[in-house]
Amino acid sequence: MKQRGGFFQRLSSTQIVYLVALVTLILGVLLVNSIGRSFFSPGNISSILTGTSVLGFIAIGQTLVILAGSLDLSVPYVTSLASLIAAGVMANNPNNILSAVLLTLGTAAVIGLANGLIVARLNVHGFIATLGVGLIVSGYLATNFKGSFGQTPLAFRLVGATGIGPVPVSTIIMLASAGLAGLLLHRTRVGHHLYAVGGDIAVARTSGIRVDVPVITAHVICSVLAGMAGLLLASRLGVGSPTVGSQGGYDLLSIAAVVLGGTLLSGGKGTITGTLGGVLIFAMLDNIMSVMQVNPFLKDVVRGVVIVLAVAVYARRRIVSRPERFDAKGSAEAPAAQPVPVEGP
Amino acid sequence: MSTALNSERRAVLKQNRAGRSERLLRAVRTPGGAVFILLIGLLAAIVVLNPSFGEPSSFIRFVGRTAPIAIAAIGQYFVIVGGEFDLSMGSVVTMQVIIAGNLIRQDDSKVIPVLVLMFVLGAFIGLVNGLITTLLQVPSFIVTLGMMLALLGLVLYWTGGAAQGNPADSFRQIGRGGIQDVPVLDIIPYPVIILTAVAVAAFVLMRRPYGRMLIAIGDNPAAAELTGSRVWWVRTRAFMMSSLSATVAGVLLVGYAGVHPSVGRGYEFTAITAVVLGGVVLGGGRGWVLSAAAGAFALESLFTLLNFMGVQATWRDTVQGAIIIIAVAAASRSWQRKRKGASSAAHDEKHQLAAAPTPAEGIEQGGERV
Repeated sequence: MKQRGGFFQRLSSTQIVYLVALVTLILGVLLVNSIGRSFFSPGNISSILTGTSVLGFIAIGQTLVILAGSLDLSVPYVTSLASLIAAGVMANNPNNILSAVLLTLGTAAVIGLANGLIVARLNVHGFIATLGVGLIVSGYLATNFKGSFGQTPLAFRLVGATGIGPVPVSTIIMLASAGLAGLLLHRTRVGHHLYAVGGDIAVARTSGIRVDVPVITAHVICSVLAGMAGLLLASRLGVGSPTVGSQGGYDLLSIAAVVLGGTLLSGGKGTITGTLGGVLIFAMLDNIMSVMQVNPFLKDVVRGVVIVLAVAVYARRRIVSRPERFDAKGSAEAPAAQPVPVEGP
Repeated sequence: MSTALNSERRAVLKQNRAGRSERLLRAVRTPGGAVFILLIGLLAAIVVLNPSFGEPSSFIRFVGRTAPIAIAAIGQYFVIVGGEFDLSMGSVVTMQVIIAGNLIRQDDSKVIPVLVLMFVLGAFIGLVNGLITTLLQVPSFIVTLGMMLALLGLVLYWTGGAAQGNPADSFRQIGRGGIQDVPVLDIIPYPVIILTAVAVAAFVLMRRPYGRMLIAIGDNPAAAELTGSRVWWVRTRAFMMSSLSATVAGVLLVGYAGVHPSVGRGYEFTAITAVVLGGVVLGGGRGWVLSAAAGAFALESLFTLLNFMGVQATWRDTVQGAIIIIAVAAASRSWQRKRKGASSAAHDEKHQLAAAPTPAEGIEQGGERV
């Protein structure tokens, strides 16, 4: 911990994430080529990027929530609910698309608002608040929907199926959302307050920040993005499904992707770019294992091991993020080693 | 001199201490105490709806049924009060259930060796969780999440995702059997005995230096480190106890529920819910171990109540979600109030001790202040 200036110490955590992603990429190319298939075929690239979009939406929202010092475990149920509302309201009629999308995102926003208010106003830990809200929604889903429901019209299904070259439209929308979230974090007041509140809520409060606003904003955006993920799934499947979110395990996987992306689980430090790197790593892993026809159960084993190992690579160094105050060598390096709380996107 | 001072202090403290009933009242008003009231209320409601539930023999069966989740909650308590999470608990339960089913089969002579193997494995998983969390400084949420995925994946890979045969009956008796022909109770299920033993052991452990240090670490790891405690080892042992309790829960569940890869799914969230319902604060440093066990009982009796009320089983999640939010919101208010009260009381006490040359005067002043 005391050796400063090593190779890893000089990299920002976002850079390390992309380094890990690069290693995964190289491994993937080697493995996929070894069985005589091409990693860079348009079809394969498109399938990797498709794999990033659903988890990407949710992980972007999760990043905001985690940066604010909370958590969101309700996302899988919001995603399922969103897919049901979308498919139910559209009912295979292209004229209903706009109203269905608005209603879906509106409902998701209300759930996010509930999460945010419970966390910020009632002082309930984000883990419990969102677990509770998630369970409430899950009970509603289990009681009222036994199987898939509704149908999405062809025009809406095209969103999930088409692409520009090898890049699917859904990935472009996801990246646009990521850009907007990055702008929010780095260019707006509420974004800066988000970092402050996540870093130390007591200090933020005594600095005159209204600490409720960023927490509630983060939760609302997170739920809306989970709603977007639900819309995308409804578009891909053509129907709404009450279990599509929980089957994907998006709550824990999105948190894993965020932490893999270098964001501190306790909040206050991290970037959207890092999260996208984490999502990309997951998508590439999944793709490689599918191409290699790995047993689906072993996929989970690999995923679990990779999550822990990848986070372990930089977990140690991230703890000592401040230059040591009384160490001449450390303070000399301070400008390089010190991660400014608000990093550029 | 020092003994004289000590007895002096003790006399002042004794005088300032409220009566037994008032202290009990105050304890009940903390979240850890309120869960017992909640539990009693729920049990009373069940008895009103279904009087036969109140009979000793059916009540003791209810306790036996709840034992696995209560034991898991006690294990999870150690980790949570030390400021960490253990999400791998459910997968450990599943793993142990499958191991018992696949390795023992119908061979009675294998019961003991396999049981030993299960406990060794349980301790090992806790050790790995703990060491990665403390030495590699990976957040426990991530470590145990990875462990959960990896263990479940391995178990399902091993079994092909399908249910296997049940183990020998002598093994299943641990979970479903009991001491027969007891006077009032009719039967004392073994799970009740095991739960009692675990609860007593946990209660004693939390009053020993280890338990005190665990709470101190949960409250402020940096301060605990500075007092000379080996934080990493204390926390690692907490993880080991969590995995071991999941192992015990698994052994009981084999008898109760049988062998299936879905046994134990979601156990980690149920256990965390129970612990939090028991007034234990996520983030560590606050809460009583028996309240955590009471939280498990409250949760289970809530489900029983819903069952008797004829509520559809699918609404269980919704009610559980609403209850934990309300309980934790109430608890966070109560802890805040208590913290304010406690700090001002400590302040008063200091004044008295400094200003009081004799106990008698101290008492007088104490009386005035209160």
